[in-house]
Amino acid sequence: MHPAFSVIFFTVASGAGFGLFSLLFIADVFKLGGGFEREQLIIGGLMAMALVVFGLLSSTFHLANPKNAWRAFSRFRTSWLSREGVFAVLFMPLALVYLASIWFDAPLWLRETSGFLTAVLAWITVFSTGMIYACLKTIRQWNTPLVPANYLALGYASGSLLLLLGAVVSGLDTTPYIAMSALILSIAAVLKAIYYFWISSPGLGPTINTATGLTRAKVKLLDTGHTHGTFLTQEFGFQIARQKAGLLKIVVFVLGFALPGLMLVWVFNQQGGQAAAIVAVVTGIVGAAVERWLFFAEARHVVNLYHGAQRC
Amino acid sequence: MRLGLVIDLDVCVGCHACAIACKEWNASGTTGPLSDYQPYGAEPSGVWFNRIRHYEMDTYPNNKTVNFPMSCNHCEDAECVTVCPTGASYKRAEDGIVLVDQDKCMGCNYCSWACPYGARELDRSSGTMKKCTLCVDRIYDMELPVEERQPSCVLTCPAHARMFGDFDDPDSAVSRTVRERGGFGLMPELNYNPTNQYLPPRSKPVIPVEAHPRGGLKESIKQFANKLVRR
Repeated sequence: MHPAFSVIFFTVASGAGFGLFSLLFIADVFKLGGGFEREQLIIGGLMAMALVVFGLLSSTFHLANPKNAWRAFSRFRTSWLSREGVFAVLFMPLALVYLASIWFDAPLWLRETSGFLTAVLAWITVFSTGMIYACLKTIRQWNTPLVPANYLALGYASGSLLLLLGAVVSGLDTTPYIAMSALILSIAAVLKAIYYFWISSPGLGPTINTATGLTRAKVKLLDTGHTHGTFLTQEFGFQIARQKAGLLKIVVFVLGFALPGLMLVWVFNQQGGQAAAIVAVVTGIVGAAVERWLFFAEARHVVNLYHGAQRC
Repeated sequence: MRLGLVIDLDVCVGCHACAIACKEWNASGTTGPLSDYQPYGAEPSGVWFNRIRHYEMDTYPNNKTVNFPMSCNHCEDAECVTVCPTGASYKRAEDGIVLVDQDKCMGCNYCSWACPYGARELDRSSGTMKKCTLCVDRIYDMELPVEERQPSCVLTCPAHARMFGDFDDPDSAVSRTVRERGGFGLMPELNYNPTNQYLPPRSKPVIPVEAHPRGGLKESIKQFANKLVRR
């Protein structure tokens, strides 16, 4: 699949935003490390919402006809793409109610109920983002429950690193934030490793024989029938060399998980201070972006069978 | 009604006439124009509803070239319609034709991801997804003589490799042909239940390719005499 940068930015930014908001709620409920001040919660919440909004706006850049984008909310009963849009937009007013109840010192039940519902909605939205890809039977590398699990884990990992930075900047006791980040990062790393293991073997998918129905003998492509590329070759023809993919997987694990993990140790040992937390956030998010690029680059659509691939 | 095509892989000669006729009719049809990019340039490309690929089956000396026209299969379980977020893609209840409402499409490409057959192509100039309409603006046109109320590709095929008809009617020509010739749909394991059916190439005896045996004395004298004659 052709990796579109607008979609990569969208999924990474909104994932981090939704993750940050939900974890901010948890930090607020349990007053982790002494608890954030009122203003700090508001700033953190608004930053999370800004990430989500920028992500959503960027996602419209890959549309060829964005003037009809508003119609994307209409088919939430069948389409995961539509559901994702609906949930992301529903998230906004609920998140604002939560932030308002913090700002105006609303009764605790309102603050915690609205916060809980917002966190659940954030979870559902990121799940829907993953399901956009996971529901496609045409792409073996995507059609697995590990995809929404990866989207959630990586979104929450990025969010937890952002929250840790907030805790360091605000001078809170960082221990609970470090523990939370370390736990989520390890879950995300393990899920990603299982995913890479899972897609490495082809399994029982369509082949050039079932695609053409010529199952009696070996089939090979003689001619694609077009002079230059087509929409299909541009959108689905992208291929990444196995060696390069392997190298990028190492980059994902080093930048996305190992370096942030090391920075957690530094923060815990009171070394580096804010700089260490900033490095953790930057490497974590760059790692997530590389992961997302590879997620698209490694996906092989079955239409490639008609262009000569023996299996996908 | 369940309208669709039957494509005879045994008969198709791979001339691309169906694709040309399709492009000609649909360029001015309901979803037209079908934009071309650099039609006379270095990298010619454009939107087509029908594409013909060429495959080789088996290995020498049993090999056979199979010409393979493909357009929308108008699937019974059309995931392209399910995933469409705007409602632009729809499947007609009355005849099963899958269409894209050009006024609603936002060009997100998601339907093309869901289609295993590569039937949908984005038109960069309009920013909308386009696909085979089964010539919906032709097959119901009462102004045309009855025999011409068929998709352009079917009418134009010089080898009669294409048939059009109703698969819900067990006695229609398409249903009978598919039954008799063992027609099949493509990639059945994905459960899209494609309406279009393909007829397999017939098994034919292998043409012997050994060198001709040498003749006797009579044959040698004949060849010697032939060489002497000045033509």
